[in-house]
Amino acid sequence: MSLLLAAASPAAAPAGFQFTPALGMFLAFVVVTLGITYWSARKSTGASNYFAAGRGITGWQNGLAVAGDYMSAASFLGIAGMIAFKGYDGFMYSVGWLVAYLTVLLVVAEPLRNAGKYTMADVLAYRLSPRPVRAMASLSTLTVSTFYMIAQMVGAGALVKLLLPGVSYEAAVAGVGVLMIVYVVFGGMLATTWVQIIKAVLLMSGSLFLSVLVLKHFDFSFVKFFEAIGKVPVAGPNGTLVEKDFLKPGLIFGLEVTKGWGPIDLISLGLALVFGTAGLPHVLVRFYTVPDAKTARVSVVWAMAIIGAFYIMTTFLGFGAATILTPAKISVENMSAPLLAKALGGEIFFAFISAVAFATILAVVAGLTISASTSFAHDFYTNVLHHGRERAPGEEVRVARIAAFVVGAVAILLAIKLQTINVAFLVGLAFAVAASANLPVIVLSLFWKRFNTAGAVWGLGVGLVGSIILIILSPSVMDANGKALINAAPLFPLKNPGIVSIPLGFLAAWLGTLMSNDRSSEARFAELTVRANTGLGAEKATSH
Amino acid sequence: MPENRNPDLTPKVSAETDVARLSHSSQPLAHQKTAAEGVNLADWDQIAAQPQFKALLAAKLKFIIPATLFFVVYYFALPVLVGWFPELMEKRIGPVNLAYLFALSQFFMAWILAYIYLRKAAQFDAQAHAIVSQLDQPKGGAK
Repeated sequence: MSLLLAAASPAAAPAGFQFTPALGMFLAFVVVTLGITYWSARKSTGASNYFAAGRGITGWQNGLAVAGDYMSAASFLGIAGMIAFKGYDGFMYSVGWLVAYLTVLLVVAEPLRNAGKYTMADVLAYRLSPRPVRAMASLSTLTVSTFYMIAQMVGAGALVKLLLPGVSYEAAVAGVGVLMIVYVVFGGMLATTWVQIIKAVLLMSGSLFLSVLVLKHFDFSFVKFFEAIGKVPVAGPNGTLVEKDFLKPGLIFGLEVTKGWGPIDLISLGLALVFGTAGLPHVLVRFYTVPDAKTARVSVVWAMAIIGAFYIMTTFLGFGAATILTPAKISVENMSAPLLAKALGGEIFFAFISAVAFATILAVVAGLTISASTSFAHDFYTNVLHHGRERAPGEEVRVARIAAFVVGAVAILLAIKLQTINVAFLVGLAFAVAASANLPVIVLSLFWKRFNTAGAVWGLGVGLVGSIILIILSPSVMDANGKALINAAPLFPLKNPGIVSIPLGFLAAWLGTLMSNDRSSEARFAELTVRANTGLGAEKATSH
Repeated sequence: MPENRNPDLTPKVSAETDVARLSHSSQPLAHQKTAAEGVNLADWDQIAAQPQFKALLAAKLKFIIPATLFFVVYYFALPVLVGWFPELMEKRIGPVNLAYLFALSQFFMAWILAYIYLRKAAQFDAQAHAIVSQLDQPKGGAK
């Protein structure tokens, strides 16, 4: 295993780098997480251990891990930056990211844990014809994970260039990629879970300390703080500075700045968040790591406490950067939080926050890699290709390890290729696909007796393809001023396709069902309902 | 690095059903079975028809459906009000405005609803447990 250390460290710290406190703290994180991987690798024997951490993760641990899986660099650096530059509308993102967990809590977490094994397709496979449904679910999972991962990796590369002078984009992407492969291939779900737990603790403590420093700057007076937010100096005409009320809505989604489409775009984003989070494969797999549905429920509540506390703190990170640094003095939007840390806490705190940002990216990409490889091995390889039978002991785990390696390698290559392209929209696309393809079929499978295989295949297919097409036609990809991939006026006015693609996914699932005469799925509805609501067959009840 | 005194992380509650099958010759364990094989694990239709089970389902839906509707309406009221009624939302209340207060209230709405569900779900657990424990053989081909 010391080979791993040797293999991973040079990628993160190639020759010719400047040794900064930030790099030191990052390396410390790498050493600790590799130690955990080594510890997990010795424990990870058997499929249940590899894919689901032996189902031995406790409620609070899984709550932290769900939070760690979910709070990506996009939320930590991106939302803080957005609030610093656009004020209130940035905070609207924060709200949606938490409220989305109510869908997870009320609708999907417990039935999924009770009726499934490793992936969301397990739940669908109970009633529906397993092979076509698993093939489509696996395709959707791989698509969501890959899009999300590329966005994270490109972001990681860009971030490292800013935080660690001397480390190139390629080296940073390769370093992040190699580490994520090592965590997943050798440590499996157990190592991935602990990486996420550590990251969540680091992120929460860093944000809390930064929030306290911001409040201290305003003598712990909320009145002073919000007064300052009321008059943030921003660049006006002719290089002058004008004061702007940053608590006023409308700088991103206002009717004037968006030619009337803003509020609808915001609702569309909200729909993708509220229905997409409950369909994100890397969030769903987390519920298989706990012993039972009750623990799954408790872990969502823990996650909501942590995620909510974090997003409330974006008030201090974002508005703090806006008032103390002012937008004019922040070089890059995403650097708002680290620069604020530098201004208030000095070089060492800047280093700590930078290391937290790395940890954030690493934990999220590791979670994505394991959910993608699990879905490939369990859904596609074992169940679609080999009719649910391992041909040799341990084959499923071996295939998952190879898949994780391939997924990681592809993500590294794509992230290096896409270096110069703004890929932030890929995160939105991942949520849109999760909300339009995955969620409708999960919900209909659990609650609609008549739902059948054709409906699931149509729902997954139309949700997936519809979201991708609408994103390609949207202002995120088409821009008449050449600011996006395609140099032409957008054919679809909204950046977030959810408001159209989610009803489309449900409609396709419904019509697909009705157009088929297949009624075989109704026979198993009783079985799925009993399993999902009692946990019978998933394991013995806890008190037995 | 986290310490774990128990060398085997597989918990006792699920160990029997969760360990991977080692060879084809052995009978698949209950949870290893594919949907087709596991179909006789219990008499699903009989359980589904029980009044206790129907009561559990009804109680769950009676909570989950209104709760979901409530949070969806409460949440989407925010973009609707901020988007189309900005004058109303810009109204000052103390040091902040209505828009910020309403956004902040969403966090507490989510937490309170989650807490209420947690309390409520304890009853569902008890009901589900009663149904499962009254079966003679909860696992392995109860007829």
